[in-house]
Amino acid sequence: MFINFFFDLKQASLPVSLKEYLMLMEAMNKRVVDSFNVNDFYYLSRSALVKDERYLDKFDRVFGHSFKGLENSEGETEKEIPEEWLKLMGQKYLTDEEKKMVESLGGWDKLMETLKQRLEEQKKRHQGGSKWIGTGGTSPFGAYGYNPEGIRIGQKESRNKKAVKVWDKREFSNLDGDVELGTRNIKVALRRLRKFAREGVESELDLDNTIKSTAHKGYIDVKMMPERRNKIKVLLFFDVGGSMDAHVKICEELFSAARTEFKHMEYFYYHNCLYDAVWKDNKRRYNENIKTWDLLHKYPSDYKVIFVGDAEMSPYEITYPGGSVEFWNEESGETWLTRLLNVYENAIWLNPIPERYWDRISSASIIKQIFSDRMFPLTIEGIDQAMRELNK
Amino acid sequence: MKFEGTSSYIATEDLKVAVNAAITLERPIIVKGEPGTGKTMLAHEVAQSLGAEIITWHIKSTTKAQQGLYEYDAVTRLRDSQLGDEKVKDIKNYISKGKLWNAFESNKRPVLLIDEIDKADIEFPNDLLLELDKMEFFVYETGETIKAENRPIVIITSNNEKELPDAFLRRCFFHYIKFPDPETMEEIVNVHYPEIKKDLIQEAFKIFYDIREVPGIKKKPSTSELIDWLKLLMTDDVDAKILREKDPKKLIPPLHGALLKNEQDVHLFERLAFISRRENENLE
Repeated sequence: MFINFFFDLKQASLPVSLKEYLMLMEAMNKRVVDSFNVNDFYYLSRSALVKDERYLDKFDRVFGHSFKGLENSEGETEKEIPEEWLKLMGQKYLTDEEKKMVESLGGWDKLMETLKQRLEEQKKRHQGGSKWIGTGGTSPFGAYGYNPEGIRIGQKESRNKKAVKVWDKREFSNLDGDVELGTRNIKVALRRLRKFAREGVESELDLDNTIKSTAHKGYIDVKMMPERRNKIKVLLFFDVGGSMDAHVKICEELFSAARTEFKHMEYFYYHNCLYDAVWKDNKRRYNENIKTWDLLHKYPSDYKVIFVGDAEMSPYEITYPGGSVEFWNEESGETWLTRLLNVYENAIWLNPIPERYWDRISSASIIKQIFSDRMFPLTIEGIDQAMRELNK
Repeated sequence: MKFEGTSSYIATEDLKVAVNAAITLERPIIVKGEPGTGKTMLAHEVAQSLGAEIITWHIKSTTKAQQGLYEYDAVTRLRDSQLGDEKVKDIKNYISKGKLWNAFESNKRPVLLIDEIDKADIEFPNDLLLELDKMEFFVYETGETIKAENRPIVIITSNNEKELPDAFLRRCFFHYIKFPDPETMEEIVNVHYPEIKKDLIQEAFKIFYDIREVPGIKKKPSTSELIDWLKLLMTDDVDAKILREKDPKKLIPPLHGALLKNEQDVHLFERLAFISRRENENLE
């Protein structure tokens, strides 16, 4: 009966299995919820089918889609946009200069109309869910100096809890794996690399086990175990300056997470692409740099290499000698990257730019090619995949 | 057997459904959520409301799955055998029961809380797979099978430090305790401090939710921190007016130590509060 819903979930690449579906059916059979209203079914199926809060948002969307029209439409109220209030907010945040710019673009009314339209669109897409506008880029408001988090539309007005369907509220939206990163989440993702760090040659005496085994058997039975050391060694390369300034926060988070996760970690900075030298301190980059050749010789090939950068530059900066924007490079960035990849078998590139734009940036495509497709987005899921790749 | 929340614990509708599903289907339930949202409390409250015994098993990084079943003290037995102790004849004397064994033995359906399962080794949940599924295990030393007389209600909490294996998750119900909205929060506060003044709650909530929404804050204050803070406010008899203070010199809420737990957050908050007040003044 709910088999279509189950397949919808599968389609949306939620990790649901037959066992969980049967569990849900069993729960329905045993009347876990006595009144069969759709809310209770939503709670029940969510608890049975979703096992990770990262997927809750996705689940809500699929649920909303699969059971559209089933909900009780009573008490459904349209939310109104308090226009006056918006204007007030706008005036508060705009300087005179910006106000003029707004005027030149058709004035307040026009702008408000666009905003309304945007909201309408958002409503359709999110089914009345989002209370926020201006997620940077999609709203025209970012460009005119509105604080993107400053305008929150109708918080008080939408307090009417019954008006919004539970799953359509999408309260879990920022827990989706593609959306937000925090050091803690990154650490969890990076831990994938640690998982296999304890395997190795049995080289240490396992005292407890030896005593136990000796006592069991009645003769001395020596047990060995692998050394409990994190074997993972990592070289981290961060792109700094220029277009990377927009991604500083996320890089900081990744850096601090990586630093606590990996005992053997070395980090270096580069700009746009790898050339004959990197540096460890941005203030003294011109005085104290490290030759890439030295680096390749110093760190053995069992180091894992992580590049972090947006790979956004002119293609010449990668493919031609002398292409660098900062100095005359004798050899092309591509040569240096290939050299590095020849030494380190396990290497990946993390890109803070969303994956869907990569194809449109030719330099990103080139680097992706050099890395034989081992470029991952800098999101929780991306890091997760990247760590799997590094473990291979 | 049905869980309906207790007088001292506010359970949301979705939490009740999830817990009841776990009780009815006799399967474990995994509870996750921000720290301080009452994950561990839940097990105690379920036990209390069902009148069941609670058995808690706190997991540490060194905890092994076997310890939950039983431990066999071979060393003591070896020593006893050399001393000619009579006890040595019966191997049962050297087996100490674990929490799971205790729970299986119970003649009334108990609640078994496995607290912070993510603290243990990554393989830990896998080692308990069969035991929690079948609710039975085999004691090699004595050759007996221990089977649960009444399948315990198993509540597992996790702080997300490690990912749990899929095979394990598939056998459980799951609930993520989301951060309570102001309405639910008010109910929670009322349960703890029924005598608290209305206007104090209102002002305190405003500050509390504002702090939680400060972008870039390192540690968001949670329910348990709010409860502590309110308690401090009440014992110090802080007036609601003081919370409404507009004087830029007193931007930080009184007794903020209970809410903001690190220095950077305090600085950040100070700065933001200053900016927002200044803007308010400009508007006025």
